[in-house]
Amino acid sequence: MLEIKDLYFQPEGERQILKNISLTIPDGKLVCLTGPNGGGKTTLAKMIAGVEKATSGDILLDGESIIDKDPTERSRMGISYAFQQPVRFKGITVRELLCLAKGGTATEDELNEVLASVGMEGSAYLNREVDTHLSGGEIKRIEIATVLMRDSKLIVFDEPEAGIDLWSFNSLIRVFEELRDSRRCSMIIISHQERILSIADEIALIQDGTVGIHGSRSTIYPLICKTDCDDCDSCFVREKGEEI
Amino acid sequence: MSTIERKPIDEDTKDLLKVVSDADIEELLSGAFNIRSNSGCLGRQDSENIIIDSKEDGPGLVIHIKPGTKGEKVFIPACITVSGIDDLVYNDFYVGEGADVTIVAGCGIHTTTGEPARHNGIHRFFLAKGAHALYEEKHIGTGADETTKIIDPVTEVFQDEDSYLEIDSVQLGGVDKTLRQTKAKLNARATLVIRERILTDGDEEARTEFEVELNGEDSGVNLISRSVAMGHSLQAYQSNIIGNTKCYGHSECDGIIADGGRVDASPKLVANSEDAQLIHEAAIGKIAGEQILKLRTLGLSEEDAEKAIIDGFLR
Repeated sequence: MLEIKDLYFQPEGERQILKNISLTIPDGKLVCLTGPNGGGKTTLAKMIAGVEKATSGDILLDGESIIDKDPTERSRMGISYAFQQPVRFKGITVRELLCLAKGGTATEDELNEVLASVGMEGSAYLNREVDTHLSGGEIKRIEIATVLMRDSKLIVFDEPEAGIDLWSFNSLIRVFEELRDSRRCSMIIISHQERILSIADEIALIQDGTVGIHGSRSTIYPLICKTDCDDCDSCFVREKGEEI
Repeated sequence: MSTIERKPIDEDTKDLLKVVSDADIEELLSGAFNIRSNSGCLGRQDSENIIIDSKEDGPGLVIHIKPGTKGEKVFIPACITVSGIDDLVYNDFYVGEGADVTIVAGCGIHTTTGEPARHNGIHRFFLAKGAHALYEEKHIGTGADETTKIIDPVTEVFQDEDSYLEIDSVQLGGVDKTLRQTKAKLNARATLVIRERILTDGDEEARTEFEVELNGEDSGVNLISRSVAMGHSLQAYQSNIIGNTKCYGHSECDGIIADGGRVDASPKLVANSEDAQLIHEAAIGKIAGEQILKLRTLGLSEEDAEKAIIDGFLR
């Protein structure tokens, strides 16, 4: 279980980005974080992964505080993080990056399987470099594959749908559903996508650096997404009568 | 077939041979080879299609690869394991029409005490029409830090029509000073690909100079240089691609600097024809913080992340 307690983040000389965030992610649950751009979702994800350091507050994994642990330590404790904007590596192949994610080595079957789960063929990609020759969508799917390679207690996906084509997105939804149903790990998915929100166990609305509303999908989903709405990305804001 | 009987190979030389040839000793000795060690010859062997002769007018070899030879490898490594040696060698490679071969010619210096040791290999490649060759060259210095190790390779390339040469050149580290000069002249539809990777650390200095003349229509060069300068080392890169006709030239120079390392890149393109298409790309900087962070989120320590990034970059 991940517990976030009274988390604040204010970079020096800048505005406060997170204010008094408290949130619990139960074991084996899929929790979606949604909300307007600039509301603090990605910053919160980085805080959980240890990529950014909180100004104050605490984060506990299975009752142990991880607030002072660095990204390596948190990763080794079982927290995985798929970046919103994936990083490119000149000279490192897809195979090598996936093997690093797995802890050094991986079998051909494991490599092919994880790529297939994000809609990619191993034979076409394993020996390619993770560099500028891959498109934005390809690099995004490889980023997701790196976290799927790991044995994780908690995976944080930051806008996994961004830049991904419809066919790969469908594969991805299936992966999320399988992970959710297996209850092998907890998932936090930052997303505006109705299809992702619709498979969540819980939804939290992050707005202006705070948790606006949080609860089960059945409670929150109708409040933020109307099925007859033409623009699901913003309807939760319409519901509250606000502008993005 | 001619051979020079193989002399015993000591352990230091064996270690160097393994690294610079990227092969075990059995593979190295199975085909055509010449092992140069401390300015002498430790052994030589021809194959049916690859003949290795001593040069008549100075130190070095003439390697004749018969037309149509396919899939063979020839090993021409050079090792220095004694300080105070200033080794100079001239090797000429004639790759016959339609041949397709691999030439492995690395250099290793292992010294522990004493005067500087230097290897200066001047290699000339003559590729006949339609010849294909992969030239692999690895350089390394090992042993005590206080002994200066210098490797100054000179490569001259002459490519006839429709020939293809790929030069894969790596400096693995431990070489205190190097000046690497490469000159090439290409005829019609000839293609030259050069991949160079250099790692320097401490007070090491590596200078690289390329000059490629694209003389034949539809000739092309792709020059890719990756350098990592750590410690207080210096790397200087100069390239000059001259397009004299309808041709294609591309050079890409990427450098990673760490600690107090320095990289000086001076690319030059000269188009003497309106149909010459010449491109240069260059990027120099420290390892991107987000690259390290990404690998740390996969469980690597900061040091291991840096190593993985550098190893990949130089591979």
